[in-house]
Amino acid sequence: MITRRSVVAAGLSAPLVIQGTARAQAPSRSETLLLVQEYGPNSLDMQGIGASQPVNGVALNCYDRLLRFKPVPIPGGGGNTIAMGELEGELAESWQLASDGMSCTFKLRDATFHSGRKVTAKDVKWSLDRAVSIGGFATTQMNAGSLEKPEQFVVVDDKTFRVDFIRKDKMTLPNLAVTIPFIFDSELAIKNGGDDPWAKEYLKNNIAGSGAYKVESWKPGVETIYVRNDAWTCGKLPQLRRIIARDIASPSTRRALMERGDADVSYGLPPKDFKDLLDAGKVNVVGVPIPNGVWGCYLNTQVGPFKDVRLRQAVAWVMPYEKILQASLFGRGVDMSGGTTPKVAWPQPFPYKTDTAKAKALVDAAGGPFSTTLYFDAGNATVAEPMAVLMKEALATIGITVEINKVPGANFRTEIAKKTNPMVLNRFAGWLDYPDYYLFWTMHGNNSIFNIAAYQNPALDKLVDAARFAPDKASYDANVIDFIKLVNNEVPMVPINQPTHDVAMQKSIGGYQFQPCREPDFRYLTKG
Amino acid sequence: MLRMIGARLLTTVPSVIGVIIVTFLLTRVLPGDTAAYFAGPAATPQAIAEIRNKLGLDRPLPQQFVSYVTALVKGDLGQSLTTGQSVISDISARLPASAELTLVGLLLAMAVALPLGVLAAVKQGSWVDHLCRIVATAGVSLPVFFTGLLLVYVFYFILGWSPAPLGRLDVFASEPPRITGLLLIDTLVARDFETFRSAFAQLILPALTLAIFSLAPITRMTRASMLAVLGADFVRTARASGLSNTKVIGTYAFRNAMLPVVTTLGMVFSFLLGANVLVEKVFAWPGIGSYAVEALIASDYAPIQGFVLIMAIMYVALNLLIDVLYGVIDPRVRLEG
Repeated sequence: MITRRSVVAAGLSAPLVIQGTARAQAPSRSETLLLVQEYGPNSLDMQGIGASQPVNGVALNCYDRLLRFKPVPIPGGGGNTIAMGELEGELAESWQLASDGMSCTFKLRDATFHSGRKVTAKDVKWSLDRAVSIGGFATTQMNAGSLEKPEQFVVVDDKTFRVDFIRKDKMTLPNLAVTIPFIFDSELAIKNGGDDPWAKEYLKNNIAGSGAYKVESWKPGVETIYVRNDAWTCGKLPQLRRIIARDIASPSTRRALMERGDADVSYGLPPKDFKDLLDAGKVNVVGVPIPNGVWGCYLNTQVGPFKDVRLRQAVAWVMPYEKILQASLFGRGVDMSGGTTPKVAWPQPFPYKTDTAKAKALVDAAGGPFSTTLYFDAGNATVAEPMAVLMKEALATIGITVEINKVPGANFRTEIAKKTNPMVLNRFAGWLDYPDYYLFWTMHGNNSIFNIAAYQNPALDKLVDAARFAPDKASYDANVIDFIKLVNNEVPMVPINQPTHDVAMQKSIGGYQFQPCREPDFRYLTKG
Repeated sequence: MLRMIGARLLTTVPSVIGVIIVTFLLTRVLPGDTAAYFAGPAATPQAIAEIRNKLGLDRPLPQQFVSYVTALVKGDLGQSLTTGQSVISDISARLPASAELTLVGLLLAMAVALPLGVLAAVKQGSWVDHLCRIVATAGVSLPVFFTGLLLVYVFYFILGWSPAPLGRLDVFASEPPRITGLLLIDTLVARDFETFRSAFAQLILPALTLAIFSLAPITRMTRASMLAVLGADFVRTARASGLSNTKVIGTYAFRNAMLPVVTTLGMVFSFLLGANVLVEKVFAWPGIGSYAVEALIASDYAPIQGFVLIMAIMYVALNLLIDVLYGVIDPRVRLEG
């Protein structure tokens, strides 16, 4: 019998059962990947000012660079990572260092842009000129590899391109493989750029590249859809035809989507969720200790109590390393305590481990109990808050009373730029995995914003600079060991742990590739 | 009527100007440095200064205000740094999403709350009255993100009845041509019933979450105002004249009790529109509340100013609408304007 009530009930329940059929008529699900992430790109141009973290993923997948990092297997399995010194050609078919070591010549592959035009050396020059001239983060990153002036980039002929070096710098070539020096279709960009020689407005909203994927649709804050560029010649044609990246702000929702099998890949869950997913075993979790990344407690060496090196050492001795690793990272990281001999690596364990008696003795020698404040970025609260609470507890046992100050994201930069905060918890990870690179940013006398401890020591600067431009491996190693010994003793920053970069994937997903920019590389992923 | 509307509109002009000045000043007083935030992970002080200059943040406040107002007059609300788009296009893309969700949630709440409130008033002290009290208390005391997550957990995660909480549409459904921005209407206009069902299925849980939250004020207000009206002289007269119970309650009492209820509905609607950030987060709903909060976290001035301004205008429009409705419900109000 059809009553009004049954019709209403059927109408209400229909949408609930319909989803199966809606999905069947869509493009083949086995060739489409659904990625759920906290937030998506705010631009399509990674060189542009203010580009957010996910824009790296756009640069990675939609544009090509001259070089790329060669995939090397992750020691624990689960996919591939990269090794700093190992590069392969992307747009470059081959490359040759000059005999004097002061330039490098690249032969370009026969590649086409999405527009159908051939990639020429002129495009490469325009793109690299843009990266060193546009200002902001792109230019800073280029400078980190001694790529500073447009005059360094020379078009030899249509298919040959040369980079002249200002100085010998081991980071120059790896720096050509990061997500900043990617190659634009310069004619298309200039044509649409209007008065702006760098076409910033156009490239912010449009892709003009030759990469393995094109952007089919981009709705900021909602989703980005990528489709494969079937004409891509700079590597093996990716298996996945279509990628849908949805922005799902709530981590609980992302986790539910993964566990129900509706999403294929999720980045950026809290460490606890990754651990639970790993324990439940329904989805794969691949973790790579973030190269060059470490959670550290920065102790101000210029103002406040921690000017006294004994108190900095006391903090290093009282730090509850193991408890922090378990309670705030749920084991998803590498402990940085109890190091023995200094190595040529970063991060590495410092020679401290939890030893309250030693810490107490140092505090007493330095004049006894005092109060101080610990700052951290509220954006990192999931991990940093338990860390701060454990530190507060531990420091209380040696007579240091800590007040915790959680700083909202937009204020944090302003706060650390003041360089007056006695204690700051922060995670810094450099893209280029070299110890001297890390210290250049965080402890060098150039006093960059990340030198939160405001550490000034000409002896350290000398060693870091010497390592940065070392002529050979022996002198490099010697300098690195020396500066490691120095900071082991001086501890402007107490390394706590090296966090793991985790990704949750369905069991059907393979070919995971870690990149230093920590964004998904769709080109290697497989499904099925 | 038109004259009344015109007069009402004129009185809102000073408040809108006030809103513009206050939001401009408030966003500037906020601690936090936009330039430092957007300079990226390895910014040098020079890079930050360059960005500050590009954004015009190094100019004196009055000068910034003049350029803001000049742009505003041309209908330009500025550029959002968090999404990289103009604030106008962001808001026009997101406002319909919030409006659709809030409207459906409110309709759901009304469908339950109005009868429940009336019944509770008519049968004061009965089990319906107690149920009304329990529903209202539960509704307000459960935080929306909790109700939202609970519904997701039960209907999506455990039972699998509801589609994945992935936003307004299933990933494989394509959006209908945009007319109103309200997907339920646009799909019907395009006669795309498949997408209509998909959009409707996505909407049920978040709308239900909002409905549960807004049940309380509507039920309680309906009950209270019904009680007041039922005790009034004209109801006693109507009963004494031998009118049927349905006629007394439905026609005379309910209509007179509607005035405060409509006011409450207006309040609840405008509150929900901007304040359901948590529901938007849980269901990945691309609405206007989460947009404003994200902008606030990043000290991104233009979207915050745009958001507050648009909300202020909406609020003014809504109040005007309610005033007009008053006149429809109660002819006595019409003359006073």
